[in-house]
Amino acid sequence: MKLTGAKIFVESLKREGVDTIFCYPGGAILNIVDALYGESSIRQILVRHEQGAVHAADGYARASGKVGVVLVTSGPGATNTVTGVATAYMDSVPIVVFTGQVPTALIGNDAFQEADIVGITRPCTKHNFLVKDVRDLARVIKQAFYIAKSGRPGPVLVDIPKDVTQDVCEFFYPEGVNLRGYRPTYKGHVGQIRKAVRLICSSRRPVLYTGGGVISSEASHELLRLAEMLTIPVTNTLMGLGGFPGDHPLFLGMLGMHGTYAANMAVSTADLIIAVGARFDDRVTGKVDEFAPYAKIIHIDIDPTSISKNVRVDVPIVGHAREVLRKVIESIEEEWVSFSGFKEGIKEWLEEVQRWKREYPLTYIRDGTLKPQFVIERIFELTRGEAIIATEVGQNQMWTAQFYRFLKPRTILTSGGLGTMGYGFPAAIGAQVAFPDSLVIDIAGDGSIQMNIQELATAVNYSLPVKVVILNNCHLGMVRQWQELFYGKRYALTRIDGCPDFVKLAEAYGAEGLRIEKEEEVEAVLKKAFATKRPTFIDVRVNPFECVYPMVPAGASLREMILL
Amino acid sequence: MRHIISLLVENEFGVLARIAGLFSGRGFNIESLCVAESLDPTISIMTIVTSGNEQVLEQILKQLNKLVNVIKVVDFKDMDYVTREMVLVKVNATERTREEILRMTEIFRGTVVDVSQRTYTVMITGDESKIKAFLNLLRPLGIKELVRTGPIAIPRGDKIMKTREKGGEGNGEDVL
Repeated sequence: MKLTGAKIFVESLKREGVDTIFCYPGGAILNIVDALYGESSIRQILVRHEQGAVHAADGYARASGKVGVVLVTSGPGATNTVTGVATAYMDSVPIVVFTGQVPTALIGNDAFQEADIVGITRPCTKHNFLVKDVRDLARVIKQAFYIAKSGRPGPVLVDIPKDVTQDVCEFFYPEGVNLRGYRPTYKGHVGQIRKAVRLICSSRRPVLYTGGGVISSEASHELLRLAEMLTIPVTNTLMGLGGFPGDHPLFLGMLGMHGTYAANMAVSTADLIIAVGARFDDRVTGKVDEFAPYAKIIHIDIDPTSISKNVRVDVPIVGHAREVLRKVIESIEEEWVSFSGFKEGIKEWLEEVQRWKREYPLTYIRDGTLKPQFVIERIFELTRGEAIIATEVGQNQMWTAQFYRFLKPRTILTSGGLGTMGYGFPAAIGAQVAFPDSLVIDIAGDGSIQMNIQELATAVNYSLPVKVVILNNCHLGMVRQWQELFYGKRYALTRIDGCPDFVKLAEAYGAEGLRIEKEEEVEAVLKKAFATKRPTFIDVRVNPFECVYPMVPAGASLREMILL
Repeated sequence: MRHIISLLVENEFGVLARIAGLFSGRGFNIESLCVAESLDPTISIMTIVTSGNEQVLEQILKQLNKLVNVIKVVDFKDMDYVTREMVLVKVNATERTREEILRMTEIFRGTVVDVSQRTYTVMITGDESKIKAFLNLLRPLGIKELVRTGPIAIPRGDKIMKTREKGGEGNGEDVL
């Protein structure tokens, strides 16, 4: 069957099982947009800015585990996706971004709306393609989806010149992919797993440090099993939250710059760290030379480049977190005899860890003013951890990570690696598209929400009842906090006067606008917001001078926490 | 520490940019880079000379391996190999020095490939130490310009670089 490139595109997406794409049209992709017209099996969400499209696809992917898909035009359409692509790259989120390109004959001519998007995104995609011949299109789409979701997931960009969408060729969708340069490793090395189990067996102060790899490989069940069978305490990275139940007695909370006292002390004094799908990011390790000074390290990761990059590892295991954890569990079960005294042996350690949790819990001062932490605690109580929570970046993100106890994987959508302000709202929209009946909440700041506020029109347009809780402190709070602590309270460029009235703004868009000014109003207003079927902004006037604690100053070791 | 690495890469446009971008983006050094088609026309071989400590080298090798267009990374560190580089050198040729240039070129088994009234252009091939020695002898005579290919390398004996492609079991459908 001979088809145009545009039709091949649509057919290929159907073969990949794509049910939703986030788009913004333009000249270079008009043929594709036309081929999508009336195509009921693929839901097309028209956003208001291309960055919003990519974050929405990213939120859709993180919440659902499926590949998020974006379609935008050439030039500015393509360059507007870059922040979204880089965000997905840093957090290993599987998305495929299709960009239009000027006709092949014009490439390199500085044609209208031409940008070398393949060149621009080379360092922030897992891989990218320029399709120069319609006969390559189906194969490239197949490869793009395969690369995006396999191994360590990530964004793939496919650039399609306009003439390729017009040209005609025989349509044939390949069954499989054979990329001789790309063979991800899933099964962990048996000898290394055995070594790891021996190390675990001889440890007295072990801790599990787990990250986003547990979420993307769907290993949370195995993680829980491993932790419980040996009673090993667990700390999560920001990306790993939800991978282990936040209300579990073995859970220490998040570690790192704004981690809990218990988590940071545990890794600082552990004799064994079992790292699973985490990459020893600088926000996690603090001063790297003083990170976990007494610990041997087992590192399970699907990406070999993550191993021994920042921290020397004693037992590296390259593989899929779920598969490797299963093997580790099996092998512990087989050698259960040698583990007979294990729980007894780490009893003292567990008591110490529990004492830290008891003596230095996450806390804040109740002084009659409206505290952001209080609001997040109420959100957790009202949703019982059942909601999908997106965050922006900054204080709102850290307070959410600390005070909302994530119970299940894929319930937190946050830009951990790149730290992209403006991520949360469109990501929440994407998640709401994937789960129309779930409660999806974006916990935002008054700074971040203004970075992609235009997507409120998208939410209204498609009746997506996303709730945005704006922790409005009239400042770029996290930067202000650094200025307060490290720059002599010289608040340069961090007071953002001139914020709109978010309630009126929401109403102007046709959404619901609510406001909270006092503690007493919190519960009633949140309840009202969560009950409506409309997109809602809740302007929460919080204490503007609240800081996130504990805090490890940049470059300090994890033990040097500033506590409240 | 200096290292020679060879890469078997897809012979496609954009591959060189990916590799160069990886080095510059991650702050790795490239001392020289030499690339051309291999016996299999779908594969190019790149020889890269880089420098860095053990940990940096380990990262370089892993990061290169991660690129989808890189089929194989060969580290010559623990391997017996032959390396050669070619140099074209334009040197001042006066009545006084002409004879000496020719004599040295002969000793080093080089060739004079171009002649003008004031210069000789000499081609020489060899490993690093030979080329260094030759250039040191020529330097006092006045080198006007120097162009080097950078080294290329191949394993000694029966061993070839294209023995095994990337490990791992992902083969298209094996997405867990």
